[in-house]
Amino acid sequence: MIGLSGIEKAFGPKKVLRGVDLSVARGESLVIIGGSGTGKSVLLKCILGLVRPDAGRITFDGADVTGRRSDAFLAQFGMLFQGAALFDSMPVWQNVAFRLLRGPGRRPHAEAREIAVEKLRRVGLGPEVADLFPAELSGGMQKRVGLARAIAAEPRVIFFDEPTTGLDPIMAGVINDLIRDLVTEMGATAITITHDMSSVRAIADRVAMLHDGKLRWEGSVAQMDSTDDPYVAQFIHGRAEGPIAAIR
Amino acid sequence: MIVTTALARLGAATLGLLAATGRLTRFAGATLVHTVTPPFYPREFLHACMQIGWLSLPVVGLTALFTGAALALQIYAGGARFSAESVVPSIVAIGMARELGPVLGGLMVAARVASSIAAEIGTMKVTEQIDALVTLSTNPMKYLTVPRVLAATLTVPLLVGIGDVIGIMGGWLVGVNRLDFNSATYLKNTFDYLEPWDVGSGLVKGAAFGFIVALMGAYHGMTSARGAQGVGRATKSAVVAASVAILACNYILTEVFFSA
Repeated sequence: MIGLSGIEKAFGPKKVLRGVDLSVARGESLVIIGGSGTGKSVLLKCILGLVRPDAGRITFDGADVTGRRSDAFLAQFGMLFQGAALFDSMPVWQNVAFRLLRGPGRRPHAEAREIAVEKLRRVGLGPEVADLFPAELSGGMQKRVGLARAIAAEPRVIFFDEPTTGLDPIMAGVINDLIRDLVTEMGATAITITHDMSSVRAIADRVAMLHDGKLRWEGSVAQMDSTDDPYVAQFIHGRAEGPIAAIR
Repeated sequence: MIVTTALARLGAATLGLLAATGRLTRFAGATLVHTVTPPFYPREFLHACMQIGWLSLPVVGLTALFTGAALALQIYAGGARFSAESVVPSIVAIGMARELGPVLGGLMVAARVASSIAAEIGTMKVTEQIDALVTLSTNPMKYLTVPRVLAATLTVPLLVGIGDVIGIMGGWLVGVNRLDFNSATYLKNTFDYLEPWDVGSGLVKGAAFGFIVALMGAYHGMTSARGAQGVGRATKSAVVAASVAILACNYILTEVFFSA
């Protein structure tokens, strides 16, 4: 469904991506792991057209979409941002129903609110949250609202950028379960980027490791646990000693 | 060696300035194109009108009131040197309408609005809200920049017009209560010598200054660097750039409108 070949991106002298090849099948949940600054977020932004790659090709359903970002293309995506990225000038329900209140798929105000309340319920938030502002919510609640916004227009592909960062382990578990349930229920294709190994185990059908701007390894969660790749082994066990620290 | 280094620095600074001017010009061009192409966001436009126009009224009104009052005192004192105290009403009116109303109003709006637009959009940028807008199929230029620029361009002339009236009223209050002018004579002299273009030129200046203020706020917000320091720098740059651009634009427009 999504194919990346030879993706390169540099910011000034710093080469973030050095030729990434990756493909994601329809309905698959891919988790990309890797240390900070290895280009995971940039890779997602390249797919969405938020960042234009310097080289390489991105395909979506077989069509070349490199650097493109038409409304029709973006309408097929939902994204949960690391810090939730909720619009703090509007109440929660308008955040969730943002796409439903504007653009070609616009719905009447009351219907959009109804859908927003239903999506909030789906992520475990009651209707009383709908009229609060994002600043009035805890970090976990903000993530849930971000999740509700990502799924509100029922996208075909959902991206999750560090979905559990900054949350306590219990809330992280709740978010992981929600993501797994929602992706399965919607039949959506999902790409998640994370450092959190509990997220990997809860969400992933397949795992890919990005290191030094390149795809270092990919395989299933079971293969990840038994791999003898020193980079993957060091990362998943959180060891200070190993090839990753040596390179840094 | 020292000369070469100095020349290299001068060259780098000049290139940097030209590049920034180019980026700003492209941003202004994109804003104008997005202003006339759909989709439009009327709710955001009305909200921006409230924020920029209505809520700036107290500060612009107070500025005009005290400026008009001080102007009357100054012109009276200056005019007394050659027995021309009677020119106070007409000079206050012409000075406020042509120059001080739009310039001081524009500068006060720059301080209040350019900073707030830059800080709001800059914060949205560093918290990924701008990226979130894009993923929700919403063009940030159309949704954030155009409503603010359009609202400022349309409401600042209204603020200037109201400021003119309040400024003239400030001069009248001082003229009647402190300088012993007859109220009816003061008002007659005010309107007898005030020509429509005196007011019209000030309103045109107000529209230009409104455009500059919102454009600078949006541009510096959109190009803000990461972190609190980046947003702080963007806010400061927006106010400084808007203020200097208003003063430069004021000179150019005055040359165009009134040079012989």
